[in-house]
Amino acid sequence: MRARVLVRPKEGILDPQGQAVERALPALGFSGVRNVHVGRLIELDVEDTSRLPEMCERLLANPLIEDYEIVDYESGGDGK
Amino acid sequence: MKFGVIRFPGSCDDVDALQAAQRVGGAVLLWHADRDLQGVDAVIVPGGFSYGDYLRAGAIARFAPVMEEVAEFAREGGLVLGVCNGFQVLCEAGLLPGALLPNVSLKFVFRQVELEVTNADTPFTRACARGERLSIPVKHTTGRYYAPPDQLDWLEAEDRVLLRYASGHNPNGSLRDIAGVCNEAGNVFGLMPHPEHAVDALTGSTDGLKIFESIRADVADRGLLRVASSPAVR
Repeated sequence: MRARVLVRPKEGILDPQGQAVERALPALGFSGVRNVHVGRLIELDVEDTSRLPEMCERLLANPLIEDYEIVDYESGGDGK
Repeated sequence: MKFGVIRFPGSCDDVDALQAAQRVGGAVLLWHADRDLQGVDAVIVPGGFSYGDYLRAGAIARFAPVMEEVAEFAREGGLVLGVCNGFQVLCEAGLLPGALLPNVSLKFVFRQVELEVTNADTPFTRACARGERLSIPVKHTTGRYYAPPDQLDWLEAEDRVLLRYASGHNPNGSLRDIAGVCNEAGNVFGLMPHPEHAVDALTGSTDGLKIFESIRADVADRGLLRVASSPAVR
């Protein structure tokens, strides 16, 4: 299966990258944008999708500071 | 006394760490792919960009073969010092609490900072006095120490924050000005500032030597204890 893992900073942790983007948008005339957060997208082909959560916990994300979400790339649904 | 400095692909402060350690004792380089710690008395995980900092700083280096040995060495009570990227590696490996996040400024910081020794009763700070200020440089982009608030309270209650940035010197937005923390057993210590770059008056400060001297003194004491207790073992 082709999978996507979305990794984002945990809520409540200061995200200066998100803030920088949020501050830049009004300068380009895009108003009304809030709560911008910048994370990572990891795409991978996996034979055994049941192992994806463990991959996320141990390497793809750092659960102390990041949340992750596994998305089934092909069907567009939740891969869990 | 023999220090071992780990060299990962992408390490860049390994030679400075080696030479700093050699001012107080013997020191050898340890290769990341080897499982042999060569009988060293203390391990230094140096600064740099191990494995290119891919994914997250330190995330991939923690799986290097040598790190299994370092974890075992730490479990047995061996002294492990992580500097900058080494601190990140030890956090990712779960040998130290917390994590290092991108600096609040999002910029690379490279400057001399003043640190305050908040616990001098440890193998890594025993050559210092509590409250003493050390002048040591930082140079990093990912140095903002983070742990959840309850964990920070716990670290402080257990006196495991060994170094803090002095007032006005926090270069990265680290929570509670934390510059360095140790593990629960007190034998693994990580810090963002670079003591190995502050060992010669030529570069402005020799305060970093105190960290290496502390380790040497502690290992020497342990050696005496080992000798003193060995007859009782049999």
